[in-house]
Amino acid sequence: MISSIARTAFLAAALAAAAPLHAEPKILPWPDILARAKGQTVYWNAWGGDERTNAFIAWAADEVKRRYGITVQQVKLKDTAEAVTRVVAEKSAGRNAKGSVDLIWINGPNFLAMKSQGLLYGPITQSLPNYRYVDTEHKRSNLIDFTVPIDGMAAPWRLAQFVYIYDSARHKLAEMPTSAPALLAFARQHPGRVTHPTVRNFLGATFLKQALCDLLPDPSVLQQPATDATFGSVTAPLWAWYDQLRPALWRAGREFPETGPAQRQLMNDGAIDIHMAFDPAEAAVSIANQLLPPGARIFVMAKGTIGNTSFVAIPYNAAHKEAALVVADFLLEPATQARAQDPAWGGNLTVLDLAKVPAAQRALFAPKAGMAGLPTNAELGSPLLEPHPSWMTRITAEWEKRYSR
Amino acid sequence: MNPRSLSFTQTGGLWAFAPWITILVFLLPVAAGLVGTALPAFGYLPAIGGEHLSVDPWRALAAQPGVMTSVKLSVQTGLLAAVLSLVFAASFCALLQDHTIYRRLSTMVSPLLATPHVALAIGLAFVIAPSGWLLRLASPLLTGWDRPPVDLVTVRDPQGLAMVLGLVLKEVPYLILMIVSALNQVPHAALRRTGSALGYRPATAWFKLVFPLVYLQLRLPVYAVLAFSMSTVEVGLILGPGNPPPLALLAARWFADYDLQRYFPAAAAASLQGLLVLAALLGWRAGEIGVAHIGRAWCERGVRAGAVDPIARVSAGLAATALALGLIAMLGTAVWSLAQSWRFPAALPEQWTSQTWVLQLPRMAETVITTIGLALASALAGVLLAVACLEAETRRGHAPTHRVLWLVYAPLLVPQIAFLYGFQVVLVKLGLDGRWLAVAWAHLVFVLPYAFLSLADPWRALDPRYARSAAALGVTPWQVLCRVRLPMLLKPLLLAFAIGCAVSVGQYLPTLFAGAGRAATLTTEAVTLSSGADPRIMGVYALLQAGIPLLVYGAALMLPALLYRRRKGMA
Repeated sequence: MISSIARTAFLAAALAAAAPLHAEPKILPWPDILARAKGQTVYWNAWGGDERTNAFIAWAADEVKRRYGITVQQVKLKDTAEAVTRVVAEKSAGRNAKGSVDLIWINGPNFLAMKSQGLLYGPITQSLPNYRYVDTEHKRSNLIDFTVPIDGMAAPWRLAQFVYIYDSARHKLAEMPTSAPALLAFARQHPGRVTHPTVRNFLGATFLKQALCDLLPDPSVLQQPATDATFGSVTAPLWAWYDQLRPALWRAGREFPETGPAQRQLMNDGAIDIHMAFDPAEAAVSIANQLLPPGARIFVMAKGTIGNTSFVAIPYNAAHKEAALVVADFLLEPATQARAQDPAWGGNLTVLDLAKVPAAQRALFAPKAGMAGLPTNAELGSPLLEPHPSWMTRITAEWEKRYSR
Repeated sequence: MNPRSLSFTQTGGLWAFAPWITILVFLLPVAAGLVGTALPAFGYLPAIGGEHLSVDPWRALAAQPGVMTSVKLSVQTGLLAAVLSLVFAASFCALLQDHTIYRRLSTMVSPLLATPHVALAIGLAFVIAPSGWLLRLASPLLTGWDRPPVDLVTVRDPQGLAMVLGLVLKEVPYLILMIVSALNQVPHAALRRTGSALGYRPATAWFKLVFPLVYLQLRLPVYAVLAFSMSTVEVGLILGPGNPPPLALLAARWFADYDLQRYFPAAAAASLQGLLVLAALLGWRAGEIGVAHIGRAWCERGVRAGAVDPIARVSAGLAATALALGLIAMLGTAVWSLAQSWRFPAALPEQWTSQTWVLQLPRMAETVITTIGLALASALAGVLLAVACLEAETRRGHAPTHRVLWLVYAPLLVPQIAFLYGFQVVLVKLGLDGRWLAVAWAHLVFVLPYAFLSLADPWRALDPRYARSAAALGVTPWQVLCRVRLPMLLKPLLLAFAIGCAVSVGQYLPTLFAGAGRAATLTTEAVTLSSGADPRIMGVYALLQAGIPLLVYGAALMLPALLYRRRKGMA
C-alpha cells in the first residue's frame, strides 16, 4: 500500500484538474442499508502484496457473509492506482452507475486523486454506526491523510506508524536514541551498526522524512507542498545531519539494504543494532516467526514518529454501495479492530479511541500474554502527520544526487 | 533420376522451410526488440508521448548520478568473470586426463549446469556473506566474533567481486563441458603424447598443442559468457552493488519505474549496454589475435621449463574450488529451507523444521505449475524446431556454414536488456503481452540455441548408412526419421529437452518483460524474495528452482536406459 503511494504520485498530478464534487448523496437510515445490502457482492479492491492482510480480508469476508449475507470478493491489486484508473475509465465512458469497484483500500495520492476528481461516494463516515468509536482527537491521520482532509469521504480501518526496533538483549531502552541528533551520536558510538533501507524504498524515504520532522523547529512547513524556493532551505539541516551520519553507517553508508525485510535479516543476524518498520507489530510478529531475536523491542522518537491511516472508500458509481457501507462499518467494529490488532492475525493498530469503546470490548485489546515485543498505544505516542507527498519525491531525488556515485 | 530420389527432393523442398521458420521464430524477437529499444532511446515512443527523435534520453542518462561507475562495473565484472572462467575451466581440462581427482570432480559439472544462476547466487550469498555459513563455521572459535564483523564486505561489494564469483561458479562448469565436447573433435591424446615425447610437462603440452585447436570451437561459448556476464540483471540484483548498480540493473530499475517517462533513459541505458557488449566482443577478438601472436612466439621458443604447469595447477585447483563452492551453496539453501532458527554464529540451525516446506508448497503450487508448464512447452518447441532444422539439413545433404552458427548464437550474444523491452512493445502491439504464450515464446528464444547446439553434434555424427539401409528397404523419408533416426537419437533428444527445460526455468528478464510482470515463475519469485525476505523461504525457492531441472535431467538419463534395456548400445 505505502510503496504504491510513491508509484502513483504522478496520477494525482494528472488528475489534479478541478472537477465539481458530486452533490451530497442521501444515505439511507442504517436498518434500510442493512436490508438492501443482504445478498449483494462487494468487490473490494485491495493491494494483494501482503499475505497477512489477505488472510484478514478473507476472514472478514466469512464474517460479513455469516452475519449480513454479504459476499466479499477481494480483487487483489498489484498497485492501488489500478483501481483508480478503472474508475476514471468508467467515468469517461459514462458508466455512472453499476461500476465494477465497490470498495477500495486507499490512502495518499490515490485518495487525493479520487477525492479531487469527485470520484468518491460520500461523505459516508457519519452514517456508519461504529464510526463513533474512531479516535478523531489524537490519531489525526484519521482525519487528514498526507495533508489532505478526509471530509468523511473514506472510513479509516487501520493505522500504520513508523517505529524503530532494538534488541533488548544487547541494549537498554534508555540507551536508544529518541531524537535525530541522539541517533547520530548512537551511530558514532556503534560505527557500522546503524543503517536504513535505501531511500528509493518508501521505508528509507520515511526514515529521512522522519529525521527532517525531528530536526525542524516547526515541521508544519512540511504540510505545504515543497517548492524550489522552500526545498533547499527547509532540508538543509537534514543534509547537514546526514552528511555526519553517513560515514558511521553500516558499510560506511555506501550500500544499503534494498527493503525493510532485508534490513530485518541484518538485525536478526546481529549485524546491526537498529531496525525500522512501518508496522508497530513488526517486532512481535517477527519474533513469533523467528525473524528477529526474542529480545527485539520497539522504540520511538520523543517528538513522535510519522503515522498514517489506511482507509476504505466507495467509488461514486459503485454497484453495491449499501453492502460496501456495511463492510466499512464492520471493519470499525471493536471486535474486528481487536482481531486486526492481534499480532497473531495482523498486528495492525486500531483506529479507535479505546476510551470511547465500551469496557467489555476494551478488554479485547489487552495485550496477549506471551506475545513479546508488542508496544502499547501509550508507548507509541501520538503519530506525526505525513508531509505533503512532494517532499518524499524531492528528498529521494536529492539523496540520489548527493550520495549515488 | 529414380523415383525414390525424386521424392527425396520433393520433401526436401518442404523441409527447406524449417530453418526459415525457426529463424523467424527466434530471431524476429531479437531484431524487432533491438529496434524497439533503440527508438525510445532516441525519444521515439508515441504511446507515451515521444513523437520526435531527440538525444534527450541520452542526456538524462549522462546526468544520472554515478552512471560512469555503472558502466565501469558492467565492463569490469563481465571481463573479469569471462577471463577467470576461461582460465579456470581450461586449466581444469588440461589436468583432467592425468588426475583422477579432476575426473571425479567433473561429474559435478552436470548438476551445476542444471542449476539456474539465481539459485546459485542466492546460495552463494548464504555462504559468503559476513553473516554467512563460512564465517558461522569459523566463529566464534577461530575469529572471536560473536556477531558479524562490521568492516568485512563480501557481498554487494562496490567492485562487484561477489558478482564475479557468482558468475564464475556457473560459467566454469559450462565452459568445462564445452571444452570436453570440443576435445572429442581433436586428436588430443596423440597431441599430448607428442608434447610429452618432446619433453614438455603435461599442462604445458596441453596449452601449446591442444588448447589452440579447442579454442576455435570454444570461441562462441566464451563470447556468450562474456555477453551474459556483462549484462546479467538477476545475478547483479542478488550479489552486485546497488548504489550505483551495474548498467543493466540501472536500465531494469528504470524500466520498472512507475514514471513512464523513465522508459526513455532506460532504453538509452539498455542500448548503451548493447553497444558496450559489442565493443567488449570486438576488444576480446583483438585480444585473441594478440594472445595468438604471443602464444605462437611462446611455442616457437620451445622453452621446456616455465611457470605454466604450476600456474595451471593452481588455477585448476581454483576451478575445483569453484565447483565445490557451487555445491556448498546449494547445500546452504537446503539447510536454510529446513532451519527454524539459525542465528549468527551458530554453525548449524539451532532448531530444524519442515514447516517452511509444509507452509510454502501449497502457496507455491501455481508458480511451480507455471514454471514447469513454460519449461516443458518451450523445451518441446525448441527440440521440435531443432529436429526440423537438422532433418532439413540432412535431406539437403550438406551441413550449414559457420555463419549459420553465428545466427544460432545471436540471442546469447545480444544482451537481454537491450532487446527485451522492444520485444515487449512488439508483444503489446500483437495483443500478446502478459499472455502465457508470449512468455513461452520469449523462453524459446533462449531455449532454441541450447537445444540446437546440444542436438546438432550427435545428429550429424549418426552414421548415414542406417538411413540408407532403411531407404533401401523401401520406407519413406518420413518413416526413416520417425523409426530410425529419432529412436536412435533418443538419448541426445532427451538431453536437449532437459537442457531446454533448465534454460527455461532459469529465465528472469524474458519472463519479466514478456509476462508484463504478471507471469510468476520460481525464478522471478526467487529474485523478488532475494531482496530480503525470509532466508528459509528463499531456501525453498532456490532449491525447487534447482530441483526441477535436475529431475528432468535425471529422467532424461534414466529413460533411454529403461526403454532400451534390451538393446545394448542405445541405452
